[in-house]
Amino acid sequence: MLDHAYDEMFTGLGDLHQHCEPLLEHFSLLPSEELQRRKQAADLSFLNQGITFTVYGREEGTEKIFPYDLIPRIITAAEWATVEHGLTQRITALNLFLKDIYNEGRILDDGIVPREVVYSCKHYRRQMMGLQVPRNVYIAVCGTDLIRLENGEFVVLEDNLRVPSGVSYMLTNRRVMKRIFPQLFRSYNVRPIEQYTQLLLGTLRSLAPEGRPEPNIVLLSPGVFNSAYFEHAYLARQMGIELVEGRDLVTHDNVVYMRTTIGLRRVDVIYRRVDDDFIDPLAFRGDSILGVAGLFNAYRAGNVTLANAFGTGVADDKALYAYVPEIIKYYLSEEPVLKNVETYLLTRPKERQHVLQNLDKLVVKAVGESGGYGMLIGPQSTKAEQEDFARKIEADPRNYIAQPTISFSRAPCLIGDELQPRHVDLRPYVLYGDKVTIVPGGLTRVALNQGSLVVNSSQGGGSKDTWVLSQ
Amino acid sequence: MLSRVADSLYWMSRYLERAEHTTRLLDVNLNLMLDESPISAERRWQRVLQALGKPKNIEWTGEPYALTQALTFDTENKASILSCIIAARENSRHVREQISTEQWHRLNSLYLQVTRPEMQHRTQSEALGAGMTQPSEFLQSVMEAVHQFQGVTDSTMNHGEGWQFIQVGRYIERACATALLLQAYHIDLWGHPERMADGNEYLDWMGLLRSATAFEAYCKVYTADLTPDQIFEFLLLDEEFPHSVRFSIDSLLCALEKIQGDSGKSRAEGLRRLSGRLQSSLSYSSVDEILSLDVLAYLSSIQAQCRAIHETIYELYVDYSIQAALAG
Repeated sequence: MLDHAYDEMFTGLGDLHQHCEPLLEHFSLLPSEELQRRKQAADLSFLNQGITFTVYGREEGTEKIFPYDLIPRIITAAEWATVEHGLTQRITALNLFLKDIYNEGRILDDGIVPREVVYSCKHYRRQMMGLQVPRNVYIAVCGTDLIRLENGEFVVLEDNLRVPSGVSYMLTNRRVMKRIFPQLFRSYNVRPIEQYTQLLLGTLRSLAPEGRPEPNIVLLSPGVFNSAYFEHAYLARQMGIELVEGRDLVTHDNVVYMRTTIGLRRVDVIYRRVDDDFIDPLAFRGDSILGVAGLFNAYRAGNVTLANAFGTGVADDKALYAYVPEIIKYYLSEEPVLKNVETYLLTRPKERQHVLQNLDKLVVKAVGESGGYGMLIGPQSTKAEQEDFARKIEADPRNYIAQPTISFSRAPCLIGDELQPRHVDLRPYVLYGDKVTIVPGGLTRVALNQGSLVVNSSQGGGSKDTWVLSQ
Repeated sequence: MLSRVADSLYWMSRYLERAEHTTRLLDVNLNLMLDESPISAERRWQRVLQALGKPKNIEWTGEPYALTQALTFDTENKASILSCIIAARENSRHVREQISTEQWHRLNSLYLQVTRPEMQHRTQSEALGAGMTQPSEFLQSVMEAVHQFQGVTDSTMNHGEGWQFIQVGRYIERACATALLLQAYHIDLWGHPERMADGNEYLDWMGLLRSATAFEAYCKVYTADLTPDQIFEFLLLDEEFPHSVRFSIDSLLCALEKIQGDSGKSRAEGLRRLSGRLQSSLSYSSVDEILSLDVLAYLSSIQAQCRAIHETIYELYVDYSIQAALAG
């Protein structure tokens, strides 16, 4: 089945997509030792720079480099235009949706999205009801995962609206690529992505509370033990803002301050990379030590802005995902440019029946999970695993969705010293402030294990540079 | 600057200074040992332990390479070179966005170099065997890496508040270490001149100077004529030598003043008084006066004053009360 997957480089038997010709030519001219040398140079550069992620639950060497593939993935200008249009439409509609469900609830009254689906979301926050969010921006930063179907069409696999990560790898991959293959890079007209951090800063600045013309913007990280800590530090440094942890912040009279060597300094905008659950022990999980007591009240008082807002996780609940095309039509009166992957809702008896009978062919995902956890990939699973999931689904159908196993596209990767196809996805990073901005490209993640469809870094995935051509 | 960041930069710097100091003491003494009788070797290594503040759980067992191994690689010992480098790197990891890429790169490479598992085995087995070049090469490479880190720090990082906290950490550690070094030698040599009968005193005094990288600098000022009182004067009171206690305290004061200037507050008065008092006592004392007093008590008092300065820095910049800050 997977053999039908779209190929990012080849069109058929040995024929190339036109835009890949110079690329393949360049690589085929390099002797294999030279390729290996450059590969090692790249790996060493990542290791020495400490561009690593933390692997949980392992004793030896908790810091690993994110495996990096030397062969770039190329997206043509026309393909990108569609992606950009589709993502803009999607984030606009999702922001309108969040505003609606936390205020009037029109879409619920009109029965487009069932009330119980929203209210039963793990990430729904009733504390957000009726609250005015600056500029009505709930989702300022979004990382949407796209895959390509057999016909080459991009579709949305999932939205990541809480604290999407990986953008630092997109930026550092490019930097390494430019150093290792300068001529090849120059010969393509690749659109730049380096402006991302400046755009992110501009987006955050545009969300400052009223009357704070020179906002003090900080990035809130859970700290050095978080798997994405490298990224937090990287972004803070590139933006020139303070990287803070919960213990650096205090609230007083609904104002947030950070503890500095010259005393307390007011904080206006927080780019938070801490989940809702852990961000304020008074408002959410009382046992969190990562958060800031009283932050939510300061937020409610309008004295500090958070990006993303509390409660955005509703819209990336995997059960709600099934309704996004309807949501787009409802708010924008447009057809969705990027389709969804067909999704079965297990709360519907007929669909549940179908899924339970076909567990060996489908992918089942827990709705509130991410990072490749809580998944069953039917065709690659054992009978026992399927039975285990069947029990879980019957016990709590709301907590799972199912999708067909899609043979998403593959791209050639350097494995050992030969090129081998591996499945890839694409995560572009969408910013929503004054306007929608998407740097051309994103993080292409690679399932490095042969035949695997899981690209998450925590599950043995790697990445490659993504080139969007300017013409 | 965030208090937590100041804290991490300060400790990163202190730990590296400590690692460098321990490395140099080991290197110097391993080298001098080759010229000495076994009896004086024992005294020498006891003195090294004394100069390092008698690290817990480490005893002299008559085997210099085993002691070197423990002081270098034993992570149970918080003062070992490896522990210090790991701690420095861990502190820098918490403030990565505050230090330059070049700094991080240098420190991270040092960390990767010393934590390679084969490193420890190789150094151990080869040192215990016949060849003794390995520990020395290793110690040299650590010192070079720390020096490079300091160079890169000075030339790539803004000389703003963060850099000043790095200076504070370095010099407070250095002042304490030099005072402790003088104390160890005083207990062992000045206090008991009769022990110096074996004619090797030149080596002992040279060892002391080298332990503070001071041999060449001393010779430039006093010639190669090593006399104990001049050595004491040089390491304690010299105005221009970067490892002397006085130079360290002058530099510490200078960094603290910059930080106080940035923070623009009057509540730094207590810190100014403490550090200023120590500085004047070093600037306006003569070596004869000091040597005529209780030298050990004098050196202990320098260390106690450094500790008080450390605590006051904490109360002022890092661990202050929120209520007081809101009221102020």
